[in-house]
Amino acid sequence: MYPDNFRYTKEHEWVRVEGDVGTIGITDHAQQELGDIVYVDLPKQGARVTQGSTLGSVESVKAVSDIYAPVSGEVVGINAVLADAPEKLNADPHGEAWLVRIKLSAPPELEKLLSAADYQAYIGAEK
Amino acid sequence: MITKVRPHPSQNEPLLFERSSPGKLAYQLPELDVPPVDAAQTLGAENVRAAIEGFPEVSEVEVIRHFTRLSTWNYAIDHGMYPLGSCTMKYNPRVNEVVARLEGLAWAHPYQPPALAQGSMEVMARLETALAEITGMDAVTLQPAAGAHGELTGILLIRALLEKRGNPRKKILIPDSAHGTNPASAVIAGYAVEHVPSNPAGGLDVAALERIVDADVAALMVTNPNTLGVFEQEIIRVAEILHGKGALLYMDGANMNALMGIARPGDFGVDALHLNLHKTFSTPHGGGGPGAGPVAVKKALEPYLPAPRLKRSGKKWAWDYKRKRSIGRVRAYYGNFGVLVRALAYILAHGGPGLRNVTVDAVLNANYLRRKLEPYFDLPYTAPNMHEVVFSDSRQAQKDVHSGDIAKRLIDYGFHPYTVSFPLIVHGAMMIEPTETEGKRELDQFIEAMTSIAQEVDSDPQTVLSAPHGTRISRVDEVTAARKPILRWKP
Amino acid sequence: MRYLPKSDSERRQMVDACGVTSAEDLFSHLPEAVRLKRPLELPPGISEYEIVQYFRERASENANGYSTFLGAGVYSHFRPVLVDTVVERGEFLTSYTPYQAEISQGTLTAIFEFQTMICQLTGMDVANASMYDGSTALAEAAMMAVRITGKGRLLVARSVHPEYREVLSTYARNQGMPVEEFGYLDDAGALDAEDLERKMDGLTGAVIVQSPNFFGIVDRVQEAAEIAHRGGALLIVVFTEAVSLGILEPPAGADIVAGELQSFAIAPSYGGPFAGIIATREKFMRQMPGRLVGQTVDTRGSRAYCLTLATREQHIRREKATSNICTNQALIALMATVFMTVYGKRGLRELAEQNLAKSHYLANRVKPRFCGKFFNEFVARAPGKEPEPINKALLKKKIIGGLPLGRFYPELADSMLLCATEMSRRPDMDAVGEVFA
Repeated sequence: MYPDNFRYTKEHEWVRVEGDVGTIGITDHAQQELGDIVYVDLPKQGARVTQGSTLGSVESVKAVSDIYAPVSGEVVGINAVLADAPEKLNADPHGEAWLVRIKLSAPPELEKLLSAADYQAYIGAEK
Repeated sequence: MITKVRPHPSQNEPLLFERSSPGKLAYQLPELDVPPVDAAQTLGAENVRAAIEGFPEVSEVEVIRHFTRLSTWNYAIDHGMYPLGSCTMKYNPRVNEVVARLEGLAWAHPYQPPALAQGSMEVMARLETALAEITGMDAVTLQPAAGAHGELTGILLIRALLEKRGNPRKKILIPDSAHGTNPASAVIAGYAVEHVPSNPAGGLDVAALERIVDADVAALMVTNPNTLGVFEQEIIRVAEILHGKGALLYMDGANMNALMGIARPGDFGVDALHLNLHKTFSTPHGGGGPGAGPVAVKKALEPYLPAPRLKRSGKKWAWDYKRKRSIGRVRAYYGNFGVLVRALAYILAHGGPGLRNVTVDAVLNANYLRRKLEPYFDLPYTAPNMHEVVFSDSRQAQKDVHSGDIAKRLIDYGFHPYTVSFPLIVHGAMMIEPTETEGKRELDQFIEAMTSIAQEVDSDPQTVLSAPHGTRISRVDEVTAARKPILRWKP
Repeated sequence: MRYLPKSDSERRQMVDACGVTSAEDLFSHLPEAVRLKRPLELPPGISEYEIVQYFRERASENANGYSTFLGAGVYSHFRPVLVDTVVERGEFLTSYTPYQAEISQGTLTAIFEFQTMICQLTGMDVANASMYDGSTALAEAAMMAVRITGKGRLLVARSVHPEYREVLSTYARNQGMPVEEFGYLDDAGALDAEDLERKMDGLTGAVIVQSPNFFGIVDRVQEAAEIAHRGGALLIVVFTEAVSLGILEPPAGADIVAGELQSFAIAPSYGGPFAGIIATREKFMRQMPGRLVGQTVDTRGSRAYCLTLATREQHIRREKATSNICTNQALIALMATVFMTVYGKRGLRELAEQNLAKSHYLANRVKPRFCGKFFNEFVARAPGKEPEPINKALLKKKIIGGLPLGRFYPELADSMLLCATEMSRRPDMDAVGEVFA
């Protein structure tokens, strides 16, 4: 369920790194908690983010959740699919419904993140 | 057994634009007694618009039929109780509608010479005095258009006072049980928000408060009784803690229905509060507004009140614009005068002793419901409640039926739902406030409905989960409405 | 008491059910120190007849039977009888905010129709379900523009309603948004585009103009739009006289329209309650404050309406909300909806044409100070350089004259703002002309 090659945050984001670019999304646990997603608010191309800062937000009918950047860097890609079909975030949060791509400015930050096993333990404990 | 309603009326009334056809009309203007002018010449051809595309064209009969049919799809206080916690949905007296429409009052222009507006000014002055007496405060502004507007005004007043003292400070403290307008208003006033937790009994955690209050805190925004309907027992201590650190106490007066003639915010340390005339003082909700949110303050805040203020000049009222320290205007003109008239009529009808009786009956009604519903629904906080009571759906949730579902089933029994999922500190909250204008019969029918639903949750949960069944429209798809918003008709 | 539906025996039964001796016991848990120990110092309650009598007396202390030439943001227009017929229905008057869609389709459908008509009227893509009034609609529109552009400086025309500018200033000051004003042309009474150009900079989030402006002049909206957009700011266009949209081209260059609907069958009522609107382009939809009604379907596939995009609002977003506003002026908006329906496509046009005819008849008798084109209001210079004696003479004829402008514009202290609508009568306009001569 939670890919081993992803790293995770306690705020339920994931990042998959290829070279110096990280692809970021929210976890399956997050989309379940939110319910039917109606809108995704993402930053603009070129925006700079720092680890832990607000990247955007995800909305269901009755709730809004902030998305926090798992890593620092510059936004180099935004997933256009979500503008018209936010429901994909419910269907495929780890694949087709990635949110943004970030060019990492500080790769060592990845070490602070959770492995798949640690993340699963974390959400197991949360229940 | 549903004793109260029959199936909902069902008319297939289209939108106005779908009823429209060219040439139909519902108006006739008198003949001009002056020569007509050519619009293009007078305004410049480039400024003259084409016809308003899509605007309705219907006859007078159709106007009446359309809106009458629409109205039959609404629930209203005139039909029955709204047990909505925090909303104080009480009866809207009809004499209030009559007096608000008296020509001299309804057609008064805000800029007409004060000598010709003495009646309106007297009404406002009389209301200010009455609200000051009810709340135990020194001065009142009637400018704010609604509760949230009043909150913003109140926080701006506090900011102005603190600025005068040398430092406006940075934060407003808000209980985690507060209404959403509280933090929103604080932010618009330019403050950051910090939350104060509630204690296990549901009141403000005073020990936590004492730790949090520092020189950066401008004020605490408190609701009393709080959103659980529970009186903040330590309110005087809370005021002392804040005042000790040079901060102020703001009260959200939404729950004033629990206090009239019993306790006054001004007497327990509040520096400023707003009132909701459309709650406590019976002015009609009208489907979502208008309201009015007067702000009452202690003397120290009086100089900062929005200008102009009413002042007595000999035997007449005048508008005083020379208010150097005023925070400025929060809206054009003087206030929602038409709403103020209705509130004053309400106060005159009850009088001093009457308002106290209102509060006593409101609290009696809520406690009656608490007693009768306690066997069936979980009561997370057992402290004495005042005019409202908050249950939680935790028992029913074990069968996967939640507060929102029970609320929808209540509709089939002929009632509007209670407040669902607020306050946030109660999981699956069911917030119930009957108000004093409900009699025993209506309350007993409500109790009957709620207990019946509780039984249905055990025996036939599906009926509850797919409710309502008897209305013209069943549960709506809010998800698609938010994903693909359609906010206007198009041909 | 007639609003408390409990008999003594019912009260007794309920008190018993609560397990107390009297209802007073339900307050015994309150700390002694907070208890009010005396009765409220308010007179006892009075009968319905006395209530009506009290307010009749107050009404008689206001102007009665006067004609008026006051406009300045609040206008005298006929109120079709059907407006009150509809809004006095208990189902509309005494209903709550339509959070429960299944039992609020009356209110929701009417608001959807309202939103549609405001779009049609203003030429915008989306409109909300009304704000408190025009002045707060402007303040909210400004905050919206700042959110969208990320730029906090505001440039507002002096020809925008003075009290609206005051409200804007109150809101802006507390959010750290600097507000600067640009002037109007002495001859035309329209906005000074050169002054705007000079003051425009890259930090400006919104340029705010009004049309027809406070002086009644049809203002240079397109020019302002070009300057604003070139500078990377949004253009907010304000209107206070909604009837003008019956004949005037809607502001095509506007990004946000903020206006007041009082002219649409809302009684002047000494300044409120009124209803403001915000209308904007589709791309800014999610930044709009206030309630929005959307179309959807129910479980059976029937068309239905519901409140939507609620995540912008205070009850969900709390401190990150687009605004703190909770109320919309639903009943007032309903009055406007009925008005717009009664007049309809042809009627609103004819009504506007009548206003134009009346004001220009008056202007033939009382020379306008500004040469710009105007709708139903204009500024006139008093011959004796003081407006007060003119108004005094008019009062003797039971006519309320125009608004002396000195209180808002010291440079126009010798002038007054006169408004003539379809309700103005020829003999009264002739009388005004005589006094001015």
